[in-house]
Amino acid sequence: MASAPSKLYADDVNLVVVLLDTNPFFWSSSSLSFSQSLSHVLAFFNAILTLNQLNQVVVIATGYNSCDYIFDSASDLNRSYENGRMPVMSSSLLQKLEEFLIKDEQLSKEEPDGRIKSSLFSGSLSMALCHIQRVFRSGALHPHPRILCLQGSPDGPEQYVAIMNAIFSAQRSEVPIDSCYIGAQNSAFLQQASYITGGVHHKPQNLDGLFQYLMTIFATDLHSRSFIHLPKPVGVDFRASCFCHKNTIDMGYICCVCLSIFCKQHKKCSTCGGCAGQKKRGQMCDCRLEILHLSP
Amino acid sequence: MTLEKILFQPHNPKSAGKLDVEFRYIKGQKHTKEGSNKPPWLNLTNNQNGSFIFEFENYSDLQDCRDFVGKVLAKSGEVSEKPTVAHPDVQLSAAEMELRIKLLQEDSELQKLHKQFVLSGVLTEAEFWATRKKLLDREASKKIKQRLGFKSAMVSDIKPSTDGRTNKVTFNLTPEIILQIFAEKPAVHRAFLSYVPNKMSERNFWTKYFRAEYLHSTKNSIAAAAEAAEDEELAVFLKQDDILASEARKKIRRVDPTLDMEADEGDDYTHLPDHGIFRDGSKEMTESQNELYKRTLSQDINRHAAVVLEGRAVDAEFEDTKAVAEALAQSKRESSNKGEPDGDTNRERLDRLSRMTEIEDLQGSNNLPLAPLCIKDPRDYFDSQQANALRTSRDALGGTEQIKCSLSIPEVYSSLRESISSIKAMGWKEPIVKPEAAHQVFDALTNSISNTKHNIGKNPQESVLDRLPRKTKEELLHIWTSILELLKHFWASYPITTSYLYAKVNRLKDAMSNIYPQLEEIKGSVPSEFRHQVSLLVPPMHQALDAAIQHYEASMQKRSTQSGEKPNGYV
Repeated sequence: MASAPSKLYADDVNLVVVLLDTNPFFWSSSSLSFSQSLSHVLAFFNAILTLNQLNQVVVIATGYNSCDYIFDSASDLNRSYENGRMPVMSSSLLQKLEEFLIKDEQLSKEEPDGRIKSSLFSGSLSMALCHIQRVFRSGALHPHPRILCLQGSPDGPEQYVAIMNAIFSAQRSEVPIDSCYIGAQNSAFLQQASYITGGVHHKPQNLDGLFQYLMTIFATDLHSRSFIHLPKPVGVDFRASCFCHKNTIDMGYICCVCLSIFCKQHKKCSTCGGCAGQKKRGQMCDCRLEILHLSP
Repeated sequence: MTLEKILFQPHNPKSAGKLDVEFRYIKGQKHTKEGSNKPPWLNLTNNQNGSFIFEFENYSDLQDCRDFVGKVLAKSGEVSEKPTVAHPDVQLSAAEMELRIKLLQEDSELQKLHKQFVLSGVLTEAEFWATRKKLLDREASKKIKQRLGFKSAMVSDIKPSTDGRTNKVTFNLTPEIILQIFAEKPAVHRAFLSYVPNKMSERNFWTKYFRAEYLHSTKNSIAAAAEAAEDEELAVFLKQDDILASEARKKIRRVDPTLDMEADEGDDYTHLPDHGIFRDGSKEMTESQNELYKRTLSQDINRHAAVVLEGRAVDAEFEDTKAVAEALAQSKRESSNKGEPDGDTNRERLDRLSRMTEIEDLQGSNNLPLAPLCIKDPRDYFDSQQANALRTSRDALGGTEQIKCSLSIPEVYSSLRESISSIKAMGWKEPIVKPEAAHQVFDALTNSISNTKHNIGKNPQESVLDRLPRKTKEELLHIWTSILELLKHFWASYPITTSYLYAKVNRLKDAMSNIYPQLEEIKGSVPSEFRHQVSLLVPPMHQALDAAIQHYEASMQKRSTQSGEKPNGYV
């Protein structure tokens, strides 16, 4: 729920919740090394914090098996990680990140080959939204929140439903989701997220200049977006994944009752259990998914 | 006049008598109701107040013809092509037709689609409206279902107009006034039914009635009694209304004693003068024989109020008194039949109570208790479809490639942790980003932003469509909505199980093939500066149509290989 305007600070104060992709499988095969990207990203965080004294940054790591908060600029715990080589905040972030990776590794288990090695994007998105809701209800004045996703892993179709739910709740709370995709292919989920919530999506062409992309596009606060021109994507990939196999499809069958999407015709809908002897309910009909899109 | 000729040649329905009428001249139509004993007739009235009556073989043909004529009339004289040989499916009521026509008139987009598909035979009426039930329901609920009640003013107490010169006074009676008079004075009603037209003419009847009214107004009961003695019919008007009296008594008996413990026969006073209150506490003996002829103002007002509150029993759309009288008598008979059995009065009373608590005609339409589905208008997503055109080319290169990772799990994690330790040890790279790289990125971004600004418009909310000239934009959007409509019906017809669906799919496929040349035409007619944008918008439409036609051809092939023997191609 959006808060009353009187609770907000001046126009350009932002709370940026960053979802940082720490999927080891992606980073091990990416053209940009993790340490290089970290230096770009950490400098970017500092830049945001210098843009306005009241800006806040919260970083959530999107791991392969779990997600966790690794940095909160508003907390006082940052002091304990002193390291002469770099700013205090960055070193605390790195420390926490390392601890997170250790925990994440411990959670991993052997998996069959062939599974798309995607990160738990739905989990971190949900955590971000919960944090933002907590900020809304904190009672004190708070800044405009927005979410920035730095993703490189491919989309995991099994997370489609959870991600769509999170996107719709972000839309309802009026929280824009920006996304910067540094992977190889295109991410349909990120495009849809930015399109629906009114954020900006960009896929950088030249990863050496990642910092420049971040500063030019993603450092813009919400108020300035009304007069600063940001790159607009040519179009959005609206494909969905089917509920039964989690494959990405663009033509499929939809249950008339609960609108779940399936790639093959079923007698009974597995989501709403419709059909129950009555011909009308739960009966399947073809619909071209590309055309229809649901909204809350 | 033969049936076939009229159906198939609407512009010039030829008949044995060489009847040649263009629909331009047809103003309206009336028809006999099914279920009555009259033969199926369709009556077309033309401009010069003449009319043509067509007799049909049966009622379903009448319906078809009526639908068709209705459609043509709704398009206000537009000449259409071959009429739809409509499936004799759902028989539409006149109200339903009216709703559809109204919806079509209000929404021009809908009307264009309707004209394009239904009148050219691609879709039938029923199919077109099948997905639009919600619109129709909304329209239906807008109509007010309440009936107009009686006026509070005592219309029955009319003043005549006088002609200054002669002694004549003229009363103006309208059916509304007559209805009120009959409702308030059931004795007059009964007299009308029995006397007119047997004993006296209507004019005579009303003359006597007004004479009686005059006598009442003079409050001269002696004169009233005298005249009543002479003229027996006049006496009817002058006496107390005995029907009212008996009704009042019946009502008293029906009062629920558990609710009103004091009610008894003494409460039966509405029809008595002065509410049955006697002056000076005693009956005046001298007036006894004239008491019958007295009537007080309070009586009149009470009776009128009671009638208004009862509500209107019949809709006063009548042209003559006889019809009014009969309708009222009919409704009274029905209501008395309902109330007859005394054993049932209890149940009836409870029924009435439960009905009284809900005022049905004030309730809104009973919509689903669920939250309505909000499906976005597909037209909003039109310009975003361009991505799909680009996507297919990129997908061909291996879109679903997974991350090729040959390392094991511990290895990948450790490599990640190494990077972190290295950055911790070394600090940030100086500089974080090379100036050339930054410069190049910045240039590229600004270029692309200014390009899109040039192509799409300054306003970030603007879309490609808004930059095109209005006519082109409308044409494109119209083609897009027609494609969506066709595809909706097309995909809904699969799997094909009946020959009806088979024919429908064929029709739809032909209509879809016709869209390609339309798109080409638009592309050609656009001025050159917009040609590029239009060519970007067209491929997704082609894609959608191509996919559908491919599916159609594949299923046709499958069918022809599977069922060589069956000529109709049933699955």
